[in-house]
Amino acid sequence: MPSKRIINISGRIWKFGDNIDTDIIMPVKYLSLSSIGEMSQYAFEPLIPDFHTKIQPGDILVGGENWGCGSSREQAAAVLKILQIGAVIAKSFARIFYRNAFTNGLCLIGQPGLVDSVKDGDKICIDLINSTIQIDNQSTTYNFSPLSSMMYDLLNAGGLIPYMQKVNSPNR
Amino acid sequence: MGYTITEKLFSRVSGRPNVISGDIITFTPDWSMANDATAHISIDLYRSEYGKECVKLPERSVLIIDHNVPADSPSTAWVHKKMRNFAIEQGMLLYDAKGICHQIMIENHVAAGQIIVGCDSHSCTYGAIGAFGGGIGCTDIVYLWKTGELWWYVPESICIELIGGVKEPVTARDVILAIIGQLGPDAAIGRVMEFTGVGVHNMSIPERIVLCNMAVEGGAVCGIVEPDEKVISFLPGRPHQFFKSDADARYYSSYSINLNGLDPMIACPHSMENIVPVSRVEGLSINQAFIGSCNNGRIEDLRAAAKVLKGNKVKKAVRLVISPASINIYRQALQEGLIDIFLEAGAQVLNPSCSTCWGGCTGLVGDGERLISTGTRNFKGRSGSHKSEIYLASAITTAVSAIEGVITCPVKE
Repeated sequence: MPSKRIINISGRIWKFGDNIDTDIIMPVKYLSLSSIGEMSQYAFEPLIPDFHTKIQPGDILVGGENWGCGSSREQAAAVLKILQIGAVIAKSFARIFYRNAFTNGLCLIGQPGLVDSVKDGDKICIDLINSTIQIDNQSTTYNFSPLSSMMYDLLNAGGLIPYMQKVNSPNR
Repeated sequence: MGYTITEKLFSRVSGRPNVISGDIITFTPDWSMANDATAHISIDLYRSEYGKECVKLPERSVLIIDHNVPADSPSTAWVHKKMRNFAIEQGMLLYDAKGICHQIMIENHVAAGQIIVGCDSHSCTYGAIGAFGGGIGCTDIVYLWKTGELWWYVPESICIELIGGVKEPVTARDVILAIIGQLGPDAAIGRVMEFTGVGVHNMSIPERIVLCNMAVEGGAVCGIVEPDEKVISFLPGRPHQFFKSDADARYYSSYSINLNGLDPMIACPHSMENIVPVSRVEGLSINQAFIGSCNNGRIEDLRAAAKVLKGNKVKKAVRLVISPASINIYRQALQEGLIDIFLEAGAQVLNPSCSTCWGGCTGLVGDGERLISTGTRNFKGRSGSHKSEIYLASAITTAVSAIEGVITCPVKE
């Protein structure tokens, strides 16, 4: 269905720990701000103040177990997309965050083995067709379980709303 | 081959026989719910995409104002106004400052056999009634309002058999903390925690609600209990439909947990990885104690706290904040004289809302402060300053600690 398919995602790594919860990614006190853009200035504030000024578009976040645990607030996934985070790789993801990420066209990759072998600033390339990850200056290729077709379609569409427009389009 | 209760519920709503875990289905939920933590984003998105077009199935769509109640700022007041206007325009059900969304959904709507989705992670609570509840995002609900449908990945289940039982001062709250402590905060990621065995069947519905409500803190999409006669007497007159797991249903994994002799439990900062018996952290000074939330703000919890607080005073320089989970519970507590007992003890009794547990409106804690709470989460900054500490315990442990001014185990050696 999708006309344009995302094949590779490359970027520079930011490393995080286990159980990065949604209160850390997007603290409660900013949830009533009027736009995701405004909220994104406070992403990760309890952990990395002014995170939005420190990142570059395409940066890739790498975390441990249970990334995105906690509340269902979609703002936590939406701010990462608006900050142009390329992808999040983690050992495991909380379910609602996983769903919300693809709803916003943000790519998540579960890869338990790679997480402990990378550091801040490493450059990596995710190959979505072959489901592999290559790290600059490392010979190892890391495999991951391919995205389900639903997730891949959401990613290629750019999220749930554009996905729905495509599905319902008469020219489908 | 047998099916779990969850697979059977998704079979029912999808109109397809033999749905199994791993299937991706499209279905119409029995109810959808959004609250003021995120509904404004959904409404803005709906407006920008679809203008004034009608929402599908408004009679099954519930909007609940419960998180920032009463509004603490012009921006939250604006969020509430947006919700009221949208609900009226679209003919949706609106509960305005009537209580915490999950309590409101159970008091008014949830029936056994249904599937309910909510823009709130604690939608997992509805499994206590023999329904399936799952949290969704605020774009998912826009899709649902527009199309009347939602996609879902049918989850696997984990079977947690509870053997034996607990008695006061050990409560269902201690049971769920013990379960998550034993399994870990990610043991059930994306799966259902199905509670079985004598331990859960002897529990009242409010106790099962406590259990299922915190399933998400163990990573679960839903906590579920096979419904029985207690569901009917708890919610008479609802269109209940009972499903149960087959004896040969397939589970991802199974656990057996003995409740006999269980200690009062406490979750230490800042994640659910740090759950220990209360006795292990006894003596830590506290600045605030909170009794309320969708987990522990029901009449049974208030009664248990009142029993402890009657004739006692909250320690000097400690504040005890109490928020009943709904207006109905508040009124019941008034009639039973519980509110008098709380006020006499020196507590601050708040209107029903998510209050301290949500940390966005009232009853917050400051830098360097320690909170003991019956809330749902102990994440950094969850109840105010991210330089504060949150300990999660039962209403009884929290009340005893408020009197002593330090974390105190209600069971003495």
